[in-house]
Amino acid sequence: MSEYNDKIKEISARLLKECQVDMVIGFRKGSMPMMNEPCFINNAEDAAQLVWDSNCGINLANYLTNRKEKIGIIAKGCDSRNIVTHIIENKISREQLYIIGVPCQGMIDKHKINAMFEGEIQDVAENGQKITVTIDGKENALEKADVLQKNCAVCIHRNPVIFDEMVAEPVEEQKDVDRYADVREIEAMTSEEKWNTFEELLSPCIRCYACKNACPLCYCPTCFVDESKPQWVGKGQDPTDVRTFHFLRAFHCGGRCTDCGACERACPVGINMRVFTKKLEKDSFEQFGWEAGLTLDERPPLDTYRPDDPDDFIR
Amino acid sequence: MTLVKIDKKQWAQGLEALQKAYRLFGPAQEKDYYSFKSLDTGEQPDLGFTNSRLSPKALLFPQSDTIIEFSLDENDEDHHIMKPVEKDNSPQAVLGVRPCDAKAVTLVNLNFDTPEYQDPYWVKALEATTFVGLACDEPRSTCFCTSTGCGPYNEEGLDVLLIDGEDHFLAKLLTDKGQALAEAAGWNTPVGDAAEIESRKEAAEAKITSAVEMDNLKNQDLMELHNASFWEDIAFACLNCGTCTYTCPTCWCFDLQDEVHGKSGTRMKNWDSCMFPLFTVHTTGHNPRGTKTQRVRQRFMHKLKYFVDKYDTGIMCVGCGRCVSQCPVNIDIRKVCNLMNSYNAAEVACAVNE
Repeated sequence: MSEYNDKIKEISARLLKECQVDMVIGFRKGSMPMMNEPCFINNAEDAAQLVWDSNCGINLANYLTNRKEKIGIIAKGCDSRNIVTHIIENKISREQLYIIGVPCQGMIDKHKINAMFEGEIQDVAENGQKITVTIDGKENALEKADVLQKNCAVCIHRNPVIFDEMVAEPVEEQKDVDRYADVREIEAMTSEEKWNTFEELLSPCIRCYACKNACPLCYCPTCFVDESKPQWVGKGQDPTDVRTFHFLRAFHCGGRCTDCGACERACPVGINMRVFTKKLEKDSFEQFGWEAGLTLDERPPLDTYRPDDPDDFIR
Repeated sequence: MTLVKIDKKQWAQGLEALQKAYRLFGPAQEKDYYSFKSLDTGEQPDLGFTNSRLSPKALLFPQSDTIIEFSLDENDEDHHIMKPVEKDNSPQAVLGVRPCDAKAVTLVNLNFDTPEYQDPYWVKALEATTFVGLACDEPRSTCFCTSTGCGPYNEEGLDVLLIDGEDHFLAKLLTDKGQALAEAAGWNTPVGDAAEIESRKEAAEAKITSAVEMDNLKNQDLMELHNASFWEDIAFACLNCGTCTYTCPTCWCFDLQDEVHGKSGTRMKNWDSCMFPLFTVHTTGHNPRGTKTQRVRQRFMHKLKYFVDKYDTGIMCVGCGRCVSQCPVNIDIRKVCNLMNSYNAAEVACAVNE
């Protein structure tokens, strides 16, 4: 995907030079392997800073909330779906945006790659589908397909659904992927097994809130975890409070989540909290035929009512 | 300072002896990271680690600590009386502390133990603790301790410094607490020559190639830094999560919370984070640090300017690199420190005018 770089720089510089936008939101090269830093540029000379590769997993739609400027934004498939959701939910207007669409070929999973090797990774380079991990001066070759972020491996919307200009021709969408194998595995469990699975899953949580803060859907002026009059949830490390946070956060995303994976990527301790939002994503799809963020013309299922909405769950 | 040699064959035996006099803590691997935990009888600390995900500050200052209990049941004789929770302040020893984290304890102590105020929980826990450090021979690329007034063999805050040899440890007994621990463990084989340590130390220091510039921070004008032009750029990516503050060995902020279940209640001391909006919300609802950029600025200004000015002991950072490697969006304190150190408001104003 790094071949998109020149085009991204060229479009961004042009938009700023022609004053079509006040700023462009993209990524700049990070100071660590497998890390890029979301950034904005507001003059054409700085467009050279912008980069694109398989380490751009943070969802840039998150940086649009309530902004007033005219903004150029670099958007892969999932970012574009969250931009649509943002527009539908009045967090930004379509007229404010110039969407630079990036056909995505998947992001790599830094937690997974870090866990694959003993010792510190010095460098991770990519060339098409080949990933080269350097440790102690020694190069290790990986296939990108084996180290994709879990959400990217099952993504069927790699191309932006909304854009003003594309940096390249659309890529072929993945077909015949089993998107919900992990959810079905949990659905098949007994209540007790589910309980234990979730307890194990959430045990490393330090409640830093990186997951909710990386999520473009989490833009409430005051998050329920920050409510203090009255307080909604305990602030300690009591497992009940940790679970309450994660479950409530997930439910807030029901019918809105695009499975961009930003939450899981941002988690400093590698918790796969996507299984919660993914269950809700699956339910939205199976019960309402809904995939979030594909169109500006339809309201999400949980903020509309239709007489034929499924109601078997009411007992 | 006394220097003793511990044959690794006698290591386990020494620990066994220590178990009788101390509660032992040490690094252990959990999933794909290390953390400091209580060691069971016969359990060895896993010293094959670079550093733990969270710092061992939590052993003195837990993320969530119940400090007071009370009853709201008016049938109880002592209802509504706040009663302190008994803490186990019997001697504890923490094995394998990295020098950066030990130095960090001395920085946190500047805040929790002052002539005017003492945090009793911290002070008593620290008093009960003997820190057995482990010199760092394989620092990470994100380590920059040599430029923060610390170093891979730094001794501040430690009672013992262990230097790992092939089949032995050299142990520098730095304090009376350290002497007492060595005695309890039966580590008393004297070594005269410390030359090996000097060369090992130099070799370890040479491996640390990452650095920050901090020589000019004290001279910088506080308001000019506060109003510097780079904060919006630095803060843009920030998610305002608590990763940097929670992983930081020198962050000391906490919040007090009362929780009531039925008719009994507890008061807890929980880590807080200046990244969270709630950190500064007034009871009126007004938030003087209401924006992300203000909060990010606060974190760096506190560590790299206010602290420098107030205590005159350098920056409130030991260069452990945890925030650098764990930040979800790669905000790098090394870059911010250098920007603050070299900031020249007049030059920036000129550039804008041109």
